[in-house]
Amino acid sequence: MTDTVERKALTREHLLDAYRMMRTIREFEERVHAEFATGEIPGFVHLYAGEEASAVGVCSNLDDRDTIASTHRGHGHCIARGVDVGEMMAEIYGRKTGSCHGKGGSMHIADLSKGMLGANGIVGGGPPLICGTALAAKIKGTGGVSVAFFGDGGSNQGTTLESMNLASVWNLPAIFVAENNGYAETTSSTWSVASDNIADRAAGFGMPGVIVDGFDFFAVHEAASEAIARAREGGGPTLIEMKFTRYFGHFEGDQQTYRAGEVEHARAELDCLRRFADRVTETGELSRADLDAVDAEVAALIDRAVDEAKTAPLPTEADLLTDVYVRY
Amino acid sequence: MARNITYREAINEALAQEMERDPTVIVMGEDNAGGEGSPGEMDAWGGVLGVTKGLYHKFPGRVLDTPISESAFIGAAIGAATAGLRPVAELMFVDFMGVCFDQIYNQAAKFRYMFGGKAVTPVVIRTMYGAGLRAAAQHSQCLYPLFTHVPGLKVVLPSTPYDAKGLMTQAIRDNDPVIFFEHKALYDMSGPVPEESYALPFGEANVVREGGDVTIVALGRMVHTSLDAAGQLAAQGVECEVVDLRTTSPLDEDTVLESVEGTGRLVVVDESHPRCNIATDISALVARKAFGALQAPIEMVTAPHTPVPFSNALEDLYIPDAQRVVNAVKTVSGWTR
Amino acid sequence: MDPLTDDRIVPVTMPKWGLSMQLGKITTWIVEEGDEISVGDDLADIETEKINGTLEAAHAGTVRRIIARVGEDVPVSGTIALLAPAAVTDEELDAAVLEARAVIDAGVPDDAGGAPELQTADVGGRKISYAGAGTDGDVILLVHGYGGDRNSWLFLQEPLAVKYRVYALDLPGHGTSSKDVGDGSIGVLADAVTGVLDALGADRAHLVGHSMGGAVALAVAAAAPGRIASLTLIAPAGFGPEINVGYLRGFADAQSRRELKPVVVRLFADESLVTRQLVDDLLAYKRLDGVDQALHALLGALLDGDAQRADAAASLAAIGGAVPVTVVWGRADQIIPAAQAESVPGAVRHVIDGAGHMPHMERPAEVQAAVEETLTRAT
Repeated sequence: MTDTVERKALTREHLLDAYRMMRTIREFEERVHAEFATGEIPGFVHLYAGEEASAVGVCSNLDDRDTIASTHRGHGHCIARGVDVGEMMAEIYGRKTGSCHGKGGSMHIADLSKGMLGANGIVGGGPPLICGTALAAKIKGTGGVSVAFFGDGGSNQGTTLESMNLASVWNLPAIFVAENNGYAETTSSTWSVASDNIADRAAGFGMPGVIVDGFDFFAVHEAASEAIARAREGGGPTLIEMKFTRYFGHFEGDQQTYRAGEVEHARAELDCLRRFADRVTETGELSRADLDAVDAEVAALIDRAVDEAKTAPLPTEADLLTDVYVRY
Repeated sequence: MARNITYREAINEALAQEMERDPTVIVMGEDNAGGEGSPGEMDAWGGVLGVTKGLYHKFPGRVLDTPISESAFIGAAIGAATAGLRPVAELMFVDFMGVCFDQIYNQAAKFRYMFGGKAVTPVVIRTMYGAGLRAAAQHSQCLYPLFTHVPGLKVVLPSTPYDAKGLMTQAIRDNDPVIFFEHKALYDMSGPVPEESYALPFGEANVVREGGDVTIVALGRMVHTSLDAAGQLAAQGVECEVVDLRTTSPLDEDTVLESVEGTGRLVVVDESHPRCNIATDISALVARKAFGALQAPIEMVTAPHTPVPFSNALEDLYIPDAQRVVNAVKTVSGWTR
Repeated sequence: MDPLTDDRIVPVTMPKWGLSMQLGKITTWIVEEGDEISVGDDLADIETEKINGTLEAAHAGTVRRIIARVGEDVPVSGTIALLAPAAVTDEELDAAVLEARAVIDAGVPDDAGGAPELQTADVGGRKISYAGAGTDGDVILLVHGYGGDRNSWLFLQEPLAVKYRVYALDLPGHGTSSKDVGDGSIGVLADAVTGVLDALGADRAHLVGHSMGGAVALAVAAAAPGRIASLTLIAPAGFGPEINVGYLRGFADAQSRRELKPVVVRLFADESLVTRQLVDDLLAYKRLDGVDQALHALLGALLDGDAQRADAAASLAAIGGAVPVTVVWGRADQIIPAAQAESVPGAVRHVIDGAGHMPHMERPAEVQAAVEETLTRAT
């Protein structure tokens, strides 16, 4: 684990933004968890609660030259990249006002204008795409970087391994973020990953590998900042492994009989939001009142998002056939 | 000036002219230049059958050799297309689609729809198909029906050098994902091709031979097989109309239907396997939309339901030939209730 | 006596339509053995790689032997039929037939010349293509019309080349010339014509211009009347407001064979001349980069609303009588009305029956005669 004591000083604004992002993700996911249980949300949702520090710690280092690709557990990455929360909620509810006009759903939320190449329903679907966006940035000379988020399950997918090799061989400005939350569905990562750590594979692909406490925003921010700087300067890709846990099941509806109490422990002792709040109030960078104000705003934002999503129009038959091609 | 060049040269010329015209066009694939990291020359091959030769030196930095990692580099081409480039990636043999098909049919094909109309993915994936080189089961398939089936992809199969250049030019300029099928047995075929750039529209079939007795719908190399058959049949007084589909997605239904309205008899010639192929697709189309015009049941001439065999004796039996087309035409011409 | 040099026996030969033609195929014999024919009568329908056409009789007489079979390839200049008076015996004719058959069966000799070499000139930064035939006599430069190219003259160039040096160019925006037409004005096109004359080293030349090419030829003559020995204008633009804008816009806008064919048939009195190959060739041309833009720019210059913009009569009047002018028109012209022939001041007029807007393709023998007649009036 990285030592989290030393960190770069972040401005008050940065800290507030980071807290706001993480709080928004947490409240969004907790609310979707509650609403899903009513049966109103169609399809599958895969919740990111618990992992907020990873998405926000990485994405708070990015700018509009950069692109990320995510997984089926994509709400956190979308929010961290600034995708509109109201549109996201509407998308999850299958509404025409959703990010994808109701045609993608939870697993396919994307906003290319925000450098978010989508949540992805295919495990390992993102890394090859990110090699592509990184290649484009390199050829166009924008200085942009691309980040592929994938899970411990995705770390074993051939596409991920090929992409890491390709990114090294082509010296691409890419960052591979393995979010090891301990489980690929019900299967433990300690069993499915042959090496002790996912990060151990990095050397095999000619890139640095870093292990980070995924509950520690500041540790994530630090590691990501270094990897991003390396990529921007033409130093090639990095593999970052976050170690943490997810608070909910693989999907909503998962009874989680394969787990044994680690969620309760994490929520009580390791939670990224509580640790962040403790740290910044202790150093005096932010006050409890600052944080409470953000909490209240976020709560209102989520309420509004849900209310609007529930009453928004559904897409119609006319929408069924549109946007398959630019021009057929 | 239209001078004779080969199908291979026509594709190369389209690539070169578009790369000249548009700096966002890049080329990538296994040995598309050849020699990367090796001690000898770069551009050692220019593609396994030489289609991309010369581009590496002409357009520095824009022709990329890749490791043997189809899912990574086909996916990279697709990702790069969403980010403002126009990549032309080579899937060396379409038989290799199995190791990268997800990136094609679940990612590229679906971005625009899944993302509510907000993605544009102008990628071209060039690939070799077809039997005749004794390359055996894993290097000789057609498989274009599998791609045609997927909404969001466009599927293009030129049969002549003129079509190859014009359709490749269109494929690169097109803003949707295009799978461009090159028949390996056609690379050496020579034909008139204008020096200047031109683009042929997709969804336009070409009536390569007019005739009033029987319609033959064909694609790719089978267009030439059908023309051979039509020549033989003309000597026997049967005039065939040969329709080259050129693109299976989008499909020019109107030209097929118009032709059958005129002849009343249809033979479809398709080199791919018989189940769920283009022949069945066209047959269903005509049976539904031109039923009243049909004077005989539809005949299909396809490969058999087997992998492609190796031995020349067997491969020659596998590939539909002119005699089988002649027989099919005679069956439909002679048919009475 | 050598049967084919017996001048009582007149061979009918496979014509050369276009500089690259090597083979033709009879698709229908219109006359039979025993028929009496006059000059200009239709003899046979012939199909070539480029175009289908009808062979017209160049001589009168009795058709005594049909030699070429329907559907077989015959080399250009091969004898396909024999005319002879009754006095010639069957034996003499049979011998002639044998000789002719030997030529047909031998096919095209390996050293047969193909098309004469295509030449290019750089005129004001634009590449202009042109091709020539013939080695003696005055220079004639053929100028095609809107959407055409140097191959429009395929029935005329070789026959004229017997006595003259005959060139045909591709105007800017057309054929294989540069597709840049600048502002699309007649002046840009006229400069290209002048440029070709310069490249040929021709101090003086006769111009034959069709439709828009007629207006171009006139502009060249108006700018340098001393350089132009004569003008033959075939259905020229600029002599009246009326023009078939539906045709012009339809031609420019058509995107497919289905859209183009019904437009193109309006050019001809005989629609059967519009073969699939002709439409395909036009479509291939229209699909070249830059052509769409060029055709629309030219339209902008040619038309003022739904009427012709140019006033060619004024340019012609300015030349005065310095240059002999002939105007040729097909009576059935659906693009520019034949009545406008009356508005060409000081011109000798030929109005041809049975021809539409392309008399040089539908009635080439008569157009050739008109051109040659014009040349005799030149000094």
